[in-house]
Amino acid sequence: MIQSVVVFAYLAIALYIGIFAFRSSRGGGNAEDYFLAGRSLGPAVFLLSLFGANMTAFSILGASGHAFANGIITYGLMASSSALIIPLSLLVIGTRLWALGRRHGFMTPVQMFRDRWECAHIGTFIFAVQAVLLVPYIIIAVMGGGTTLAAVSGGVIPFWLGGAIVSLVVMGYVFFGGMRGTAWVNTLQTILFLLFGTIAVVVIGAGMGGFSAAMESLTRSAATAPLLTRERFSPLYFFSYTFIPLSSIAFPHIGIFCLTAQRLGHFRKTVILYPVCMLAIWLPSVFLGVAANAAHEVPAIEAKLEARAELASGGGTLAPTDRDRLRAQAGGDDVILRLVDGYAPVWLAAILGACVMAAVMASDSQILALSTMFTEDVFAFYGGKARFGPAVQVTTGRIFVVLITIVAYVIALRMPQSIFDIATQYAFAGYSALSPLLVAAIFWRGSTRWGALATTIWTAVAVVAVAVIQQSIPAPPPGSAVPVWSAFGADIITRAPQGALVLGFLPVVPMTIVSALLMWAVSRATASALPSDTTMRRYF
Amino acid sequence: MNVVAVVVVAVFYALHQDVWFWREARPLVFGFLPIGLFYHAAYTVGCALLLWLLVKTTWPGHLDSSSDE
Repeated sequence: MIQSVVVFAYLAIALYIGIFAFRSSRGGGNAEDYFLAGRSLGPAVFLLSLFGANMTAFSILGASGHAFANGIITYGLMASSSALIIPLSLLVIGTRLWALGRRHGFMTPVQMFRDRWECAHIGTFIFAVQAVLLVPYIIIAVMGGGTTLAAVSGGVIPFWLGGAIVSLVVMGYVFFGGMRGTAWVNTLQTILFLLFGTIAVVVIGAGMGGFSAAMESLTRSAATAPLLTRERFSPLYFFSYTFIPLSSIAFPHIGIFCLTAQRLGHFRKTVILYPVCMLAIWLPSVFLGVAANAAHEVPAIEAKLEARAELASGGGTLAPTDRDRLRAQAGGDDVILRLVDGYAPVWLAAILGACVMAAVMASDSQILALSTMFTEDVFAFYGGKARFGPAVQVTTGRIFVVLITIVAYVIALRMPQSIFDIATQYAFAGYSALSPLLVAAIFWRGSTRWGALATTIWTAVAVVAVAVIQQSIPAPPPGSAVPVWSAFGADIITRAPQGALVLGFLPVVPMTIVSALLMWAVSRATASALPSDTTMRRYF
Repeated sequence: MNVVAVVVVAVFYALHQDVWFWREARPLVFGFLPIGLFYHAAYTVGCALLLWLLVKTTWPGHLDSSSDE
């Protein structure tokens, strides 16, 4: 009951923030004010909202679930690599994006690409690929909202109604508040995450009688000792994950967020404190996920551990249906919820409910980014702004917010979540492969629009190819791999339990390297298509 | 970003691949934190220090036409 009240209070506060942001608008309803908060965010809101925009539901729930099954490697895979690469990309690329946006009035990355490479339809193609990679996140958020409200209300609110309520709240504050409302809600979300992590470790640790005994018991068991090391994973797999954070700056909503800072100096604190925020949120999530393996007195967790043991003892002899059933039972995405249920007082469970709701509502920045991209890269570019005026442009953006929310809601009701869970995995690799576009546009005079086109086509084809391999070949049992393509006596592409691998690397590695090589080779081959001197002087 | 900064970042990037703690759980730092997890937590703090140093030494102040310094 208390959990439901806190969750609905959070939803009400988020909606109110959006309406308050609408009233605080100083730009007279112009596009820059609505889509970029008038390029006026202060240092604290800029840091917390940019960080919040990068955090998805995975940071709170998925990280614990991954650590529950895979151990401490989760932190090295996803947190410490991001703690270096994301702020570094903000320092090197984000600051340049901010300056170019200020100087030339850009509101989206595609606007810059079109101007930098003097192209039109190639920019539209880049927009289309970016949009397709972004939509699954919005659908997943609707599904997460429906599931969470159904869970916290004990089933009183059905999935369809929960999804509708969350969609309406997100749509409401994005519709009214635009970037200002979205940034403020993201700031609240990040503060909630930061508070919850520390409190949860202290309270659950006390409930478990201290973590020392739990960790000692894990090291003594042959089944759980590997969770405290990385011995079950190859160094190549671990290395591959350092390419994933390159996706962050290439995500349109992060690129657009870079344009919202009032001053260049606001990047300073964001760059320096970003790793500290990563530590504060991810270390508790991962540690609690690992520690959950010692929580035998919590019945729901014990059931997961038994399913995992059955899966391991059955090995390759299990029927595929049994294996899938046991995998689902052993899944740890709700493990932090179970820990809280087992060891924490009801007020902490209520805060966690609000955190989960905040996490699943992280699609707000993606919805606003898609709206900004559509109005700027399509509507305004193809004459809408000139024909109907800037006021209509903002109205178009708001209508787009409503339409994309409705479409996402309808799809969420009709299709299984697993499809979109998988799609978001590919999206990270896709955006990493698009990152050479930004680097080439900002730093390389020799890049051309044809190089940009080749990079984008390659990204789209590679994402589809990996998806086909992963979906058409079932995951083999743990510890084995199925060769997909062999040449010169070596397995080039394999299907392993964790996904498709290329020479032992995750696909993101060859995708990004080939992407960069294509940008270089095709640009060199099409040097006659270099932009004019006038354009070049504005960038270099 | 100057050459020294690029080299320092490359070294720091390489330090992420800590094969030396790959198969070790002990010592448990503070009695409960496996050494591999402690290393990466410390690495994250190191990232903040490195980025502070980079902001101090390679800040692209020329990009700012206004005077926010």
